[in-house]
Amino acid sequence: MMKKYVLYLLLVAILIILPLFFGEYYVNLGSQIMVAVVFAASLNLLVGYGGLTSLGHATYLGLSAYTSAWLFQNFGMTHDYTALIALVFTTFVGAIFGWISLRASGLSFLMLTLALSQIIWGIGYRWVGLTNGDNGIAGLTRPTPFGINLENSNNFYWFCLIITIASLFFIARIVNSPFGSTLKGTRDQEKRMSALGYNVWMIRWVTFVMASFFGAVSGLMYIYLNKYIHPSVISITSSAEALLCVIAGGAGTLAGPILGSILIVLLKNYVSGFVERWNMLLGIIFVFIVIFMPAGMAPGFTQLKNRLFGGKKP
Amino acid sequence: MTLALEVKDLKKSFGGIAVTQNVSLKVNPGERRLIIGPNGAGKTTLFAQITGDLKPDSGSVSIFGNEVIKKPVHARAHMGMSRTYQIITLFKQDTLAHNVVLSLLGIHQRKKNIFNSLTTEDQLYDHAIEFLDSVGLKQQAFRKVSEISYGEQRRVEIALALAQKPKLLLLDEPLAGLSQDERVVVADLINNISKEVTIVMIEHDMEMALAFAEKILVLQYGKVIVDGDRDAVVNDPKTQEVYLGH
Repeated sequence: MMKKYVLYLLLVAILIILPLFFGEYYVNLGSQIMVAVVFAASLNLLVGYGGLTSLGHATYLGLSAYTSAWLFQNFGMTHDYTALIALVFTTFVGAIFGWISLRASGLSFLMLTLALSQIIWGIGYRWVGLTNGDNGIAGLTRPTPFGINLENSNNFYWFCLIITIASLFFIARIVNSPFGSTLKGTRDQEKRMSALGYNVWMIRWVTFVMASFFGAVSGLMYIYLNKYIHPSVISITSSAEALLCVIAGGAGTLAGPILGSILIVLLKNYVSGFVERWNMLLGIIFVFIVIFMPAGMAPGFTQLKNRLFGGKKP
Repeated sequence: MTLALEVKDLKKSFGGIAVTQNVSLKVNPGERRLIIGPNGAGKTTLFAQITGDLKPDSGSVSIFGNEVIKKPVHARAHMGMSRTYQIITLFKQDTLAHNVVLSLLGIHQRKKNIFNSLTTEDQLYDHAIEFLDSVGLKQQAFRKVSEISYGEQRRVEIALALAQKPKLLLLDEPLAGLSQDERVVVADLINNISKEVTIVMIEHDMEMALAFAEKILVLQYGKVIVDGDRDAVVNDPKTQEVYLGH
């Protein structure tokens, strides 16, 4: 146990000093990865731990980002208020959408999450008076917590690091708590869990709301990073990308969304600079993962490590 | 005296096929009740309606005097009803201890706790191991369910049910698929359950089932054809004709 904490601390220390050795482009790439990590980790609560595959999770990232941007542009509100309202509003919408989506299960649940996210995407694109349509909302700034200027890329990277570590810490606490155990139980044996006295629907709904909240957190990180929001952020592509991060990394593991996000963001932003058909490369890598690491990279690497260096089966 | 279980005029049809036809059943506290009948008689369907997994078309179900027909499955567990399944329904990738912990948590307020870690040092695990000990599986407590034998999995099912300290226990073919030796072990476990627990059991192993039963209900095509004390039911010509095959 002690060794594990030392390793975590070492990893955090490395992440803290990284910006000191890299240029602005790579530091921003790091921040972008962290946004994706929080977003994927929030979806992982539903997909990995709850067995509820959603194709509409970009709604919560987008809604939070749009709310924050819209309040800032239209009312000149400070970031403290825009952030708070964005989190509360997005979580509230998550509560309603969860209530609707969880009327169904399996494929029907997936279709409902997709349908609801398409409504929000449609509003983003077509309600020009509200969202500025295809032009998106630009001209935003980053907050200055405790007077720290986050326009500086290094400062922003550290800001993202704090939010990411805090989010992952809370998510880890949730999945390792009694509630987390019951959530995994509803994923594995829904009928048995009901017979044991669990309100399966309520467990799933609470999880949906929590996933929406962490999705909203990633939305705030996104809007502060880009200082611009476009409807494409709430498209099905964004939701599918997050799902890909979770599945490729390893659904139902804490490390999975981290590895998946690193892979997808690097391919999308870095490799695409060298390889024109990076989507094809992503496809090949995904096929490779599914064939050789069907449970995803995190469990796959653990299995590989155990095979090479010995140890218990994952 | 308040009945442990009272089923009145229960009816259920699937697309015009009546699977439960006006079934009524009264079970006294502490009673050992056996439900028998040929395959397709509607025994498991009747169980599903008692537990709330299946909504009947009409009729009523009361547990210890409380009408539960409108209550969801999970609420019935909180009223003291527990069950096992004909097809083993366990958390196969988890340890035996964790399976029992999930059962304990089901009726515990701690299930709502989203912040404190649930580790194997937790007191719940100690309780879980006690229940596993009671079914002879203490040594296997930290093995995965998928790694133990079918017969042992049946015993884990019973441990899960008993961990909830039920007042009414429904056992759906607890001996199904077991070897002769395993049947003896599981039958002993069932026979040793405290009389404070009322048991309703579906079972095809007549030797064990008749040794267990105080009263028997015989179903055929979703209808009660005989109901009463064990010896009377066994000697009833209708029972002999439809089930015992003499």
